[in-house]
Amino acid sequence: MSILLLVIIVGVLATLITESMPSIKSLGIGYLWGKVWDPIQNIYGAYPFLIGTLLTSFIALIISVPFSYAIAIYLGEYNPKGWLSDTLKNAVELIAAVPSIIYGFWGIFVLVPLVRTLEMKIGVLPLGVGVFSASLVLAVMIIPYGASLGITLIRMVPSPLKEGAYALGATRFEVIRNVIMPYTRTGLFAGVLLSLGRALGETMAVTMLIGNSSAIASTFKEVLFGPGNTMASVIANEFAEADHTLYLSALIELGLALFLVTVVINLIGKRIITRFTNN
Amino acid sequence: MNLTKNLKLAVVALAASCLTLAASAQDNTLLGAGSTFVDPLFSKMFSQYTASKVNYQSIGSGAGIAQLTAKTVDFGDSDVPLNDDQTAKMGAAVLHIPMTSGAVVVTYNIPGVSASLNLTGKDIADIYLGKVTKWNSPEITATNKGVSLPDLPIVVIHRSDGSGTSFIFTDFLTKVNPDWSSKIGKGAAVNWPAGLGGKGSAGVAGLVKQTPGAIGYVELAYAIQNKMPYASIQNKSGKFIVPTIQATTLASNVTIPADTKVSITNTDNAAGYPIASFTWALIYKEQNYGGRSKARATELLKLLWWNIHQGQADCEALNYAPLSKSAVKTAEAVLKSATFDGKAIL
Repeated sequence: MSILLLVIIVGVLATLITESMPSIKSLGIGYLWGKVWDPIQNIYGAYPFLIGTLLTSFIALIISVPFSYAIAIYLGEYNPKGWLSDTLKNAVELIAAVPSIIYGFWGIFVLVPLVRTLEMKIGVLPLGVGVFSASLVLAVMIIPYGASLGITLIRMVPSPLKEGAYALGATRFEVIRNVIMPYTRTGLFAGVLLSLGRALGETMAVTMLIGNSSAIASTFKEVLFGPGNTMASVIANEFAEADHTLYLSALIELGLALFLVTVVINLIGKRIITRFTNN
Repeated sequence: MNLTKNLKLAVVALAASCLTLAASAQDNTLLGAGSTFVDPLFSKMFSQYTASKVNYQSIGSGAGIAQLTAKTVDFGDSDVPLNDDQTAKMGAAVLHIPMTSGAVVVTYNIPGVSASLNLTGKDIADIYLGKVTKWNSPEITATNKGVSLPDLPIVVIHRSDGSGTSFIFTDFLTKVNPDWSSKIGKGAAVNWPAGLGGKGSAGVAGLVKQTPGAIGYVELAYAIQNKMPYASIQNKSGKFIVPTIQATTLASNVTIPADTKVSITNTDNAAGYPIASFTWALIYKEQNYGGRSKARATELLKLLWWNIHQGQADCEALNYAPLSKSAVKTAEAVLKSATFDGKAIL
């Protein structure tokens, strides 16, 4: 079974590389920092989408981590048993099961008008859709990934450790800070990594909310609230109607780049996990 | 262990269902794939056509062309004629048969303005280029005397997905604005210089409805069904034309070249609406390929013949524009040129 998985991954990589050869040959490495994506002139640059993907994913991560840790600590330590705990845990897991297009609709009809009101108050062009809206929805979508893993891990902390700390007169907060958190640090980080992986590849909800514009913003406000575009949403949007070889190939190369970004981020994560574990 | 067993069972069941699907495709159901724009019309037409069964998959023009290239369908349907790259990949001559025509309308959301606007193609292009940015700019007020337009920024909305609708729209802009033509050009997806992208007609319509000051473009049928306001557009003869089914049909009532691969945007017809296009069924000229029977080829051609004649009666109720007389005549000639083993079929 595991060999099959390896074969699939290598196969995906090989297909992506062969299919994107025409584009790699004609555009070279400049593809990665080219700022123009113009299918008519056959100029392709992935930079705006690379930035868009990283930006939405990391903003989403920053928003979601406090929530997923808080949920994990509450359901893992403060309230690990009983109907309330079970209901909440199921609700959190249900968030992961909702199809992303539903999040897209919810974003368009509920979140976008709210963000627009906010934008009018702080004096940016009130578009409603944009990087900020997309990141907010992404944050909600990825909370369960960090939270469920965190709940399980915190419940697995051996009682003797906790009891020892209580016996020494530690408060609950001190137990969480000095016993539970150090013990589960690696696992919680792995949960963050899982959610990041999910955020990087999310397509439908982001496409519906990000504004799909490849213009590169210059000011901080524009970067945060202005429209953007991600690699996954460009592929989803343009793949079906890509009508010439180089165009199709450039889109597949975008897929390859997304694949590599995910791999690199995962490897960095693994490094960090090993380092923490060794200490 | 149990899980793997279940998985295996599931895979076998899936494979079996695929096989039955493939088998059903082998009987005499005609297979088509392509444009989503024409799908409601085709569904209606094919439900009324009794001589053969038709299975049409609305997977998008480009994907339909790819299916025809792979010879997995009997006909494709595209809102855009084949380009050189696609023609080369086909490897054999392909016929374009116009099925119906459709209009693309410019819709907007200006709070407090209920009157229908008059817009020129040049101004629309300047708006989409980001050069005209306010609703009360002199360019727009000049053609809308008597309408008080607010001092509101224009929010440009375009399609984010590759689409025939965008092709028709940018094709028109390319013809009427030299700046657009040199900087942007025409295509199913272009490097939009300004604004926001919405996914699909629904995405564009949603953004336009929600954003005060927005301008966008959708198909006429979609705008009518969703009760969206739309502008009258100035045509080549200088008249502002309200987009209607009749005005769209008139746009195609011009001299059409023998291969029907013609752009009818910015039409020469003085009463024609200028942002219109055919959608074409695509078939191989030589129908004897991949072990097809002559009976199947004949069935296919009879179906398309019916589409351009009796089938046209279904158009108006669904807000499609029936083919003009000149278009039907040219389409007949194209269908008659299809061959089986080099001999004419119809």
